[in-house]
Amino acid sequence: MAKPRAFHVADLPGVGPTALFVFAGLYAPILTLVIYSFNAAPSVATWDGFTFDWYVKAWNNDAVMNAAANSLIVATLAAILSTGLATLAALGTTRRPAFFGITAIYAAINQPLMVPEIVTAVALLIVVAAIKAATGYAGLGYLVVAHTAFCIPFAYLPIRARLEGMDLTLETAAADLYASPWQSFRFVTLPQLAPGILAGWMLAFVTSLDDVVITEFIKSPGQDTLPTYMLGQLRRAMTPDINALSAALLGLTLVLLSGFFLLSRRKS
Amino acid sequence: MSAAEQAQRAKTTRNAWLLVIPALVVLMAAAIGPLVLVLIYSFLTPGDYGNVVWSFSLDGWQKVVVERDIFDDSLHLAEAHLTIFWRSVSLSLVTTILSFFAGFPTAWFIATRPANQRAFWLFLITLPFWTNLLIRTFAINQIIRNEGLLNTILLHLGVISAPLQMTYTEGALLIGMVYVYLPLMVLPLYASLERFDLRLLEAAYDLYASRWQVLMRVVLPIARPGIVAGSILVFVPCLGAYVTPRILGGGKLMMLGNFIELQFGQGRNWPLGAAISIVLLVIVMAALLVYVRAINGEKRDG
Repeated sequence: MAKPRAFHVADLPGVGPTALFVFAGLYAPILTLVIYSFNAAPSVATWDGFTFDWYVKAWNNDAVMNAAANSLIVATLAAILSTGLATLAALGTTRRPAFFGITAIYAAINQPLMVPEIVTAVALLIVVAAIKAATGYAGLGYLVVAHTAFCIPFAYLPIRARLEGMDLTLETAAADLYASPWQSFRFVTLPQLAPGILAGWMLAFVTSLDDVVITEFIKSPGQDTLPTYMLGQLRRAMTPDINALSAALLGLTLVLLSGFFLLSRRKS
Repeated sequence: MSAAEQAQRAKTTRNAWLLVIPALVVLMAAAIGPLVLVLIYSFLTPGDYGNVVWSFSLDGWQKVVVERDIFDDSLHLAEAHLTIFWRSVSLSLVTTILSFFAGFPTAWFIATRPANQRAFWLFLITLPFWTNLLIRTFAINQIIRNEGLLNTILLHLGVISAPLQMTYTEGALLIGMVYVYLPLMVLPLYASLERFDLRLLEAAYDLYASRWQVLMRVVLPIARPGIVAGSILVFVPCLGAYVTPRILGGGKLMMLGNFIELQFGQGRNWPLGAAISIVLLVIVMAALLVYVRAINGEKRDG
């Protein structure tokens, strides 16, 4: 593959420096946040030495732990549900002739990407307030259903992209060899599609974990997730234990994402 | 088309709907259906303690653009509201443009690395994308606020004698929004450039195209789907941004999202909040329509 070239056709002037500046700009604030979460002094103005105190403080805080549990429960359930729904929808909308209504289906699936989150949040607030008044139910169910809905397009996009890159010859071959539709799906389509499904699940999980606005509007009292808890804390002041919490969440993301990347690399 | 072919086709279509329906049901219940309620609520009367009273009223819509003077009961333009509208639209447009100019070279850079290095660079973009929006806003806030890192460094170096006021300005909102939404521009751009065939560039250069011509006539047209997708992905969340202006604008520089929240919270005027939500929705839909037309026009011409 590697061939020596004096003139690199792919080079466009200024691309390299701009890109490197962008990468530096993306990471400098995050790194600063992580570094200062270990700062013994409570402000970025001074460095008073290394400490884990802010992490210990966050770990021993029941409100933080409760919010973390809520975040993980909602994100896990919503990611599984939305990935399942999105996989079915992707199978229904790719690799077949266009049919009446397909545009409406695309619009519906992509709706959460198009409608501003604040509008969906307000809309759900109205619905949830009415259901709460009628039934009295105030569990995590509202959050799971709402998160599932807005995670669907994030799960759908990579799955659909993957499906579109797969032609039907292997399935046709399977059918020629007397595989039932289920067998051909299970042993031919699904293994090829798996990386797309995993990618979809990842996007859905992080989208749910990331959500502030919709959760903030429809959560019941005491139902904070990590982001809404942190936003609530910020109303007072920027405290280093929020830094520690941010850095911890960042670490979790890094571990998960590295794992997924290594996994998908080994497969391909 | 023979009868057998028609029957086969009908069956395929039925199967397609069966696969899609579960997702549609959830979307209807928790994303699309509730929007209809927002429209209805915008025509109701605000309740004394929030929520609504079920009697028809146009007050919510009227308050979007005009205010009733508390002294002489006269009507005049609600300048505060219009300022918020204008700020939201203009800041979102500028953020989208800035994100493109920063994002395109980045996506091109990644797409033109040797195949075995691309995953690494992409990972560097994906990681902030995965990182909570709130955390990224905190991070940028820690850099630019008065007691932040940038001011601390500049003070130490003696470049400035008093901290620069960067937070609570529109510039801060721009920096913050470009910072948090940039990965949403880079990822679709990269997706459209990834399968770019470099032989097309060689062909263009062989035909004596200049670098500029190569960029405008070869690269950008191929990247068009990514540009459109990236711009939508950046513009839409900007317009409805809530977290970033709340933290970096400090409650003073409200954008539409904060204004809507205010009406559903302390403002206790759900119909006004609902009406503004509908306005926001209409602006976003209009923007999307422009994009769709741009793509379709391109297809017809090309």
